[in-house]
Amino acid sequence: MNKFDLYTRRRIVNAAGLAVSVLAMAFGLFWLCWILWTLLEHGLPALTSTVFTQMTPPPGSNGGLLNAISGSLMMTVLGTIIGTPIGILAGTYLAEFGQRGWMAPITRFINDILLSAPSIVIGLFVYEIYVVHVKHFSGWAGALALAILVIPIVIRTTENMLRLVPSTLREAAAALGAPQWKIINFVTLRAARAGIITGVMLAIARISGETAPLLFTSLNNQFWSSNMDQPMANLPVVIFQFAMSPYEDWQRLAWAGALLITLSVLTLNIVARVLFRQSVTTH
Amino acid sequence: MPMFSLEARLKRQAMFDLLFRTLTRLSAFGVLALLAAIIFSLVVGSMPAIHAFGFGFLGSSEWDPVNDKFGALIPIIGTLITSGIALLIAIPVSFGIAIFLTELSPRVLRRPLGIAIELLAGIPSIIYGMWGLFVFAPLFAEHVEPWLNNHIGTLPYIGPFFSGPPMGIGLLTASIILSIMVIPFITSVMRDVFDVVPTLLKESAYGLGATTWEVMWQVVLPYTKVGVVGGIMLGLGRALGETMAVTFVIGNAHDISKSLLMPGNSISSALANEFTEAVGELYTSSLIELGLILFFITFVVLSIARYMLYKLGQREGSYT
Repeated sequence: MNKFDLYTRRRIVNAAGLAVSVLAMAFGLFWLCWILWTLLEHGLPALTSTVFTQMTPPPGSNGGLLNAISGSLMMTVLGTIIGTPIGILAGTYLAEFGQRGWMAPITRFINDILLSAPSIVIGLFVYEIYVVHVKHFSGWAGALALAILVIPIVIRTTENMLRLVPSTLREAAAALGAPQWKIINFVTLRAARAGIITGVMLAIARISGETAPLLFTSLNNQFWSSNMDQPMANLPVVIFQFAMSPYEDWQRLAWAGALLITLSVLTLNIVARVLFRQSVTTH
Repeated sequence: MPMFSLEARLKRQAMFDLLFRTLTRLSAFGVLALLAAIIFSLVVGSMPAIHAFGFGFLGSSEWDPVNDKFGALIPIIGTLITSGIALLIAIPVSFGIAIFLTELSPRVLRRPLGIAIELLAGIPSIIYGMWGLFVFAPLFAEHVEPWLNNHIGTLPYIGPFFSGPPMGIGLLTASIILSIMVIPFITSVMRDVFDVVPTLLKESAYGLGATTWEVMWQVVLPYTKVGVVGGIMLGLGRALGETMAVTFVIGNAHDISKSLLMPGNSISSALANEFTEAVGELYTSSLIELGLILFFITFVVLSIARYMLYKLGQREGSYT
C-alpha cells in the first residue's frame, strides 16, 4: 500500500512538473505571438508607399520615414564597418595567440562583460568623449556608439568559431612551410568564415534596433541629411519620439517603423541561424 | 645565392608574422582600453556631482533640477525592484522552457521552438516598450490591476504593495515586460549548461528508475547549479541595464511609493528621458553619475555571472 503510494506520488509529481514545463514553453511563445500580432495589426495598415518616399512630417501632416531609414542604414553600415575588423582581429588574438600569458583571459573576461553591458552607458561614454568636444550631436557619434556594441559580439563569435577549426588543419599548413600569418588568414579564418559571418549578422541585427545609445549621440533630424557630421535621423529614435507623442499620425508612423525594424531584425536573426546550423552563442 | 634569397624570404615572413601578431594584440588590447576609457570618462563626467553631494548622493531621494539638488536613491531602488521582480517571474519560466527544449520536445520541433524563444531576445527593446505602452498596459489596468487591488491588496503585509489606482503604467508593468525580455537569455544559458551534463549520469539515473522530473531535479540541476546561477545573474545584468522598454511603461515619476502599481523610475529610464534636456553642469553630471552607478552594479553582477559560468566550464571534462 505504502509502496503504491510512493510510485503514484512520483508519477504525479513527474506529470505535474512536465506539464508546468509545457506551460512555460507556451507562455514564452504566447508573448512572441502577441507582440508580432500587435505589430502586424498596427503596422501593416500604416505601411504605405509614402513611408519610403517622404521625410518625417511635422505633426498633423502626411509624411514618411525616408530620412530615418537612410540615417539608420548609414549608421548601421558604418558601425559595422568600423567594429567588424577590430572584432575579428581581437577574436583571432584570443583564439590563436592567447594560449599563454595574462592578457587573453583578462580580455576574454572584460569582453564578456562588455557584451552584456547596458547600451545606454555606451551612449553616455560616446557623448562624453566625442559629442562634448565637438559640441553637437552627429551621425559619426552614433556610428561610433554602434561600433562599440558590434566589437564584443564579433570577438566572441570569431573566437568560438576559430576554436572549432581542427588543429590538424593548422599543423598541415605549418608542415607545408606556411608562416603563421598565412595559416591564420588563408586557412583557419577561411575555414571559420561561415560562423564569423553569422556573428556579424547577429551583431547587425542587434545594433539596428538599438535606441538608447543613439539618444545621446546622433539624436534626431527632422530633415533629409546625409552629412555624418550633423545630427542624424534614425528609425529607433524617431519611433521613440513619435510613439511618445500625442499625435495620432505620428503614432501611426511609429508603428510602421516598428514593423519595419522588427521584420528586418528578425529576418537577419533567422537567416543567420538557419544559414549556419551550428549554434552561435552571443549571450 | 639561392640560400641567401631563401633566408631573406624567411626573414620577411617572420616580419609579417610579427606585424600580424602585433595587430591582433593591439585590437585585443583595445578592448581593455575601452573598458578603462568608459570608466574614466564616466568618473570625470560625474566629478562635479561627486564633489557636490559626496556619498550622500546614493542615499538621497531628492531630485530637484530647479534647486540643483540631486540624489540617486529613487532610480536605484526602481532599478533593483523591477529587475528583482522580473527575475522572480523569469527564473521558473526559463527553467520550464529549458526542460521542455532539452528533455521533452520532439526532435523535429526542438530547433524551430528554440529559435522562436531566441527571437524573443531579438525583438528590439523599443518594440517591447511600444507594445507595453499601447497594448499591454491598458489591458493590465483594465483586467489585472483591479483584481490585484481587490484580492491581494486587502491582505495583510503584502497588501500595500498591490493596492493603488489601476493606471497600467508603473513598476509592476515594467517588471513583467522585463521578465519577458530576460527569459530568452536565461533559457539559453540553462540549455547550454544542461547539455554539459554527461549522458552517463543521466542514463544511470534513468536506469535506476528515476522519472524525467527526478533526473532534472536531482541529477541535472545539482550538477549544473553553478552554471544555472551564472545564467540567472546574466539575466539580472540584462534586466538592470534595460532602457527603452522600461522607459515607456515605468511612468518616470521621481516618487517613492510602497505600491508596485504606482509609477516609479529606474536609472536607465531617468537617463533616457532627461539627459538630452538636462541644463546646467550639475544636472548633467548627476545623470552621468547615475550612469556610472548603473555601470558599476551591472559590472559586479556580470562578473559574478561570468565567474560562475567559467567555473562550470572548468569542471566539464573532469568526469569523462
